[in-house]
Amino acid sequence: MRDLLSVDDLDRAAIDDLLDLGDDFVEVLGRDVPKVPALRGKTVGLMFYEPSTRTRLSFDRAAKALSADVLTFTPGGSSVSKGESLKDTALTLKAMGPHLMVVRHKATGAPWRVRDWTGLPVVNAGDGAHQHPTQALLDLLTLRRHFGKVDGLRVAIVGDIRHSRVARSLAGSLHTMGASVTLVAPSTLLPIDVDSWEVDSAAGIDEVLGEVDVVYLLRIQTERGGGEVFPSVAEYVSRFGLTRRRADQLPADTVVMHPGPMNRGVEIDPQVADGPRALVTDQVSNGIAVRMAVLFRLLTSEVPE
Amino acid sequence: MYRHPRSRLGGLMPQVMTSDDLDRAIRRISHEIVERHHGTDGIVLVGIHSRGVPLAEQIASNIESSEKVRVPVGELDIGLYRDDLASRPTTRLGRTLIPVDLSGETVVLVDDVLYTGRTIRAALDAILDLGRPKRIELAVICDRGHRELPIRPDYVGKNLPTSGHEKVSVRIKGIDDVAGVWITDGGDA
Amino acid sequence: MRYLITGGSVLTGAGIHQLDVEIIDGSVSRLEPGIQQDGHEVTEAAGKWVGPGFFDLHTHLREPGQEWKEDIASGMAAAIAGGYTTVVAMPNTDPVIDAGHLARQIARTEPIRVIPSGAISLGQQGRQLAHLDDLWAAGVRIFTDDGHTVADAGLLRRAMEYIAQLGGLVAQHAEDPGLCRDGHMHEGSVSSRLGITGLPSAGEEVIIARDLRLVELTGCRYHIQHVSTAGSVELVRSAKRAGLPVTAEVTPHHLMLDHREVESMDPVFKMYPPLRSPDDVAALREALRDGTIDAVATDHAPHAAFEKDVTFEEAPRGVVGLETAGSIVHAAVGLDQAAFFERMAIAPAAVLDKSSGPIAIGTTDVIVFDPGAEWAYERPRSKSANSPWLGQTLRGAVTEVFTRSGLVSAIEEGVQ
Repeated sequence: MRDLLSVDDLDRAAIDDLLDLGDDFVEVLGRDVPKVPALRGKTVGLMFYEPSTRTRLSFDRAAKALSADVLTFTPGGSSVSKGESLKDTALTLKAMGPHLMVVRHKATGAPWRVRDWTGLPVVNAGDGAHQHPTQALLDLLTLRRHFGKVDGLRVAIVGDIRHSRVARSLAGSLHTMGASVTLVAPSTLLPIDVDSWEVDSAAGIDEVLGEVDVVYLLRIQTERGGGEVFPSVAEYVSRFGLTRRRADQLPADTVVMHPGPMNRGVEIDPQVADGPRALVTDQVSNGIAVRMAVLFRLLTSEVPE
Repeated sequence: MYRHPRSRLGGLMPQVMTSDDLDRAIRRISHEIVERHHGTDGIVLVGIHSRGVPLAEQIASNIESSEKVRVPVGELDIGLYRDDLASRPTTRLGRTLIPVDLSGETVVLVDDVLYTGRTIRAALDAILDLGRPKRIELAVICDRGHRELPIRPDYVGKNLPTSGHEKVSVRIKGIDDVAGVWITDGGDA
Repeated sequence: MRYLITGGSVLTGAGIHQLDVEIIDGSVSRLEPGIQQDGHEVTEAAGKWVGPGFFDLHTHLREPGQEWKEDIASGMAAAIAGGYTTVVAMPNTDPVIDAGHLARQIARTEPIRVIPSGAISLGQQGRQLAHLDDLWAAGVRIFTDDGHTVADAGLLRRAMEYIAQLGGLVAQHAEDPGLCRDGHMHEGSVSSRLGITGLPSAGEEVIIARDLRLVELTGCRYHIQHVSTAGSVELVRSAKRAGLPVTAEVTPHHLMLDHREVESMDPVFKMYPPLRSPDDVAALREALRDGTIDAVATDHAPHAAFEKDVTFEEAPRGVVGLETAGSIVHAAVGLDQAAFFERMAIAPAAVLDKSSGPIAIGTTDVIVFDPGAEWAYERPRSKSANSPWLGQTLRGAVTEVFTRSGLVSAIEEGVQ
């Protein structure tokens, strides 16, 4: 494995390998000194073109827990505001000597472009509404640690799927791992040509409550309400929000996940978000472990064994 | 009775320790550890993955049968501390599990073969990240020489002068189907 | 200079014949078998097609204002390399060609013809009419806000009424701004996977359907630029059946490529209208064969390398096409010689009432096309190289171009 750009590049064995390593790093992160020298002397470049505190911090923490150095580039107050192109910025950052680039950008395909321009290994930390593979891996790790397996799980993904890289990565990798996926959203937020996805879909959250192991909620961009893609936030909640009443109808062992940041009171009731079903904090801590696994694999293996 | 497993190169591999030799050496090391420390207080055995772990368990069992005390046994994977990760990628990491707080304790690292010393260097770094023991000692079944770092063992089962192209293979109950120590030529594993 | 094209398969008013063609002082002087060589510069054309120079209804020459992409001279060189002897320059320059004096600056007659088009609305802003009379007086006969759509039906109606009275032609870039907002590629399975906002086929078709009603209302001649969907083809087909004064063009890239190319996320595949589905491509090929679509037009849209060296969504729209159009259309559609020249030269000229036709005594623009020749598209004459075919070996090559200026292009050893 040279890059991690899309979950489509990972077969089941590759995902299992990264999740196994992720388990190992969960243990490392639990140590008194949660830091190992595995990537000493390596430098990880973080190019984050979108404001994303949690993903950037997670990669930063993952790199440092492996003793790698980190070069962080964010556009605020940088040469980007002076009109520097993505290519020039990538080449400038490359000249500072990183061994790998982590790229977050609002446009689909940006990490592929950075790979082609720099020749460096690249990890996609989110491109447009396209892919966010480490988010999918951390979700799979969270599911596997909770349920013991991913194969056979029934997962409902609820919310703005059309504009979500999280949904694209997660749905694809869940399929690879043998889980079944139901997309739940108003038709204006379901993917175009949803029949070409290997999933079911539903027109309301009530249709799936009794028959899923996982309710995966996506952040609703409330600015899309007010008539653009749904009439109002209240109407969205009435059909798709995970309210307390609905959460009470879930089977006892069904869990609730959310990639964050959450809109409490919109897609998820505040008490459900903080309740025992929610795996949200596990997702965050597993995110560091799985990113350690990705960085470790990409920076220590010329050819995978 | 000497057994001769076939080497990868097809030749017969000379066996230098039998299963019984191995048991005797481990028993002796167990006694030496107790003897040097006048008992078992403050001793923590830490086996280095993979064969150091069952060896440490065997030492703990020996100590338990003579002293009626169970000393704590930990296991340590040094994969993340190796200095050759780029050229020798790891597939899966072993478990690292230290059951007690190491502060103020005497850690006895246990491994099968002592060679260049690089594994022990990595293990020392790993132990020091996990706590602050009073003292760290090293027990190995075979010391085959060719050290690249200033590291020496405190307890040795057998000194085995070898050449650089030879390989020492320790096989242990619980991991391998036969127990004993062999020298093979060639191979790099 | 005296030129002689010998042994070629010549498109004449009486069909295809093996003839020699003599060109003196820029026009055909004799057309018969076995012309005696007598100080001519001779072109051996056995196995090659001889016909009228290609006519492009849709070229972006970028001058004035964006000369780092292209200028009139480099655009003409690219046109000649591709066998074009006339190109219609689109008005979306900087400034926009919305007045007569600007159009006059664009027009050329040597070595090939450059015909300016004019904007429909002032500055292509879609709010008030451009200086239509002034443009008309400067020789403009085709009016378009190309690159933008005249979205306001009321404005378009007035433009059609006005231009119909002048005797001109309205050409529409059909892209509904509401349906196509923020779109970057064809809306379909590929856009769904890539998470890129799409341009639905309906975004083109609703504009065409609406405009056809305005054609009925105003009687204005209407030309649909770069038709890209099967639905649009059906609209054109029924409009023609109803006798409306409608013509349509299709680009080489829409005839050859479909939206699966965008899976590469390479900005070279970004253009508007976008590459559509394989079914659309099949419908376009069929429509070009049966004449529902009158003409091939390149939509030659040069962009500098650095402008395209960005992400797909950030990239400017457009591909170059002048130098490869003949090869691509020949490979994609496989027309016979007569149909090929009809769609590449004669019908596009007829859209603008320009003279073109089979080779005859007096014909000025003659090209030789070798349908079997392979050539490497490696050194574009255009200033820009934003082509999906750059670096590839293509089949079917324009080997000679004769205009009033004489022989203006000859292919080098397999490389154009």
